[in-house]
Amino acid sequence: MNLASSLYFTGAEVGLSIVGLVLLLVSAWGGPRSARLVTILAVSALVGATLFSWHLFDLAVSETASRAFGDLYRADTFGSFAKILIYLATIAVLMVTPRFFDQRGAYRPEYPVLMLFNAVGMGMMVSATDLMTLYIGLEMSSLSSYVLASFLRNDTRSAEAGLKYFVLGALASGIILYGVSLVYGFTGSTNYEGIRAAFAIEFSTGALFGVVFVLAGLAFKVSAVPFHMWTPDVYEGAPTPVTAFFATAPKVAAMAMLVRMAMEPFAGEVDAWRQIVIFAALASIVVGALGAIGQQNLKRLLAYSSINNVGFILIGLAAATPAGVAGVMTYLAIYVAMTVGSFTALLMLRDPMGQNLETFDDIAGLSTNRPALAWCLLALMFSLAGIPPLFGFWGKFVVFQAAVQADLVALAAIGIAASVIGAFYYIKFVKVMFFDDATREVETESPIGHWIVLGLSVAIISPLGYFLTIPLGEWSAAAAASFAAAM
Amino acid sequence: MIGIEHYIVVSAILFVLGVLGIFLNRKNIIVILMAIELILLAVNINLVAFSAFLGDLVGQIFAMFVLTVAAGEAAIGLAILVIYFRGRGTIAVDDVDRLKG
Repeated sequence: MNLASSLYFTGAEVGLSIVGLVLLLVSAWGGPRSARLVTILAVSALVGATLFSWHLFDLAVSETASRAFGDLYRADTFGSFAKILIYLATIAVLMVTPRFFDQRGAYRPEYPVLMLFNAVGMGMMVSATDLMTLYIGLEMSSLSSYVLASFLRNDTRSAEAGLKYFVLGALASGIILYGVSLVYGFTGSTNYEGIRAAFAIEFSTGALFGVVFVLAGLAFKVSAVPFHMWTPDVYEGAPTPVTAFFATAPKVAAMAMLVRMAMEPFAGEVDAWRQIVIFAALASIVVGALGAIGQQNLKRLLAYSSINNVGFILIGLAAATPAGVAGVMTYLAIYVAMTVGSFTALLMLRDPMGQNLETFDDIAGLSTNRPALAWCLLALMFSLAGIPPLFGFWGKFVVFQAAVQADLVALAAIGIAASVIGAFYYIKFVKVMFFDDATREVETESPIGHWIVLGLSVAIISPLGYFLTIPLGEWSAAAAASFAAAM
Repeated sequence: MIGIEHYIVVSAILFVLGVLGIFLNRKNIIVILMAIELILLAVNINLVAFSAFLGDLVGQIFAMFVLTVAAGEAAIGLAILVIYFRGRGTIAVDDVDRLKG
């Protein structure tokens, strides 16, 4: 456990931090003109980090050998898998961003730099095996997210989204931190392994309070009901590419962090946290489905859709088995593809003046004006609803299967029933696009970069995605094997 | 004699005050920022008290990290508040209502 191997295991974070700092200097020196250059360099750095994480994932070093810096950080397959998803989502968002801001003359080189630091923080979140590293990673990601949400600083809605995200995000961090301090006080350790060992000896009421506080704060970060109130407002107000980012990468990071907490330090106390997770899962599915019904704004609708999806992911966690964790990872991979695709399609919707369109009235009759885009959205919406020929169904199938195997049949049954309610608004989306009369003109050309991102995500969620089931299943199982010692 | 329980009670009271400060305050967003600081300070009291009680330095190092991050958090919060005020001309909590549905 020397310094060289520690630095090697944290290579992705170290590399991204250095590139981020250098690019910050470049952007301070070059001003807004350097925005394109900084974006390209940031994307290349993220591609490098993805390949490095893939290398570590492939290496699959044993759980004890992958510890860095005195077990503050662990470079295991679970962390690498989550990091690959996070980096890929960040790359996709960076590719579709510049054009959105160019329209408003507001694209600045600080944007990709903030994304890089956010990626560093998220990488630390998923690999942290100590409460201290977890907190630093979480704050690094959150603080840059607050700035990103209010990036369009002349737009009052963007500023308001940033303000709301900041206040509620800081409250969530405070709640997590209070729980962390109680867990530390009652176990005498901040290390995951130390906490598990201490819990095995005695699980006191004070420690139970700590666990509940930590889980409540994490539920906030993944926007699970009853801590979801901020999601629709922030998703609607933030600039659309930033919303696409919030709905993908930070959600994967927070979910992976939640899974690691539940499966490592709290692994012995499954009975204590399972009820909370089951409640949050069912409430998220129901609220996500019902809340979306009356919405006019498409970004708000997708916010409720993401709350709904978080519910399904939590069902996999409630199983508390390796199969459940593997199901969570598979679902997250498919969810990222669906969400990136939906938001890219949303970004491609513009009127002839170049203004972005984001309400139901704007997409009426889209199938006559932009048939290709309408068909892509149709595939994405049916996939989000979990309708079988599309790949979104597979994610739901694996989490429900894990829940049934873990004897949570009632949970799975209620989840399946509630997913039918959710199908209503996805189908409404399709109905408006294909059967309503067009009320306004839309721009018919879109940049090639948007088509590439949209095409790739639609290819993944199309029935072609089923070719991925076997490799995806193997990767998820390899990721879940990181917790074999704990379970 | 002041024991560990006293510190935990004080920190719990401060934490609850902080949370109530965020939810019950209808006037001013600056008060919310102060409430957030109160929550973080409650955590610090907890960490330092446990650290002294356990004879383990980790808690005090953690408190240093929390202090540093709290400073960054306050700076970003105030910066967002300034751009919000420029756009709207008010920082009353009841006026934060452009996003609804």
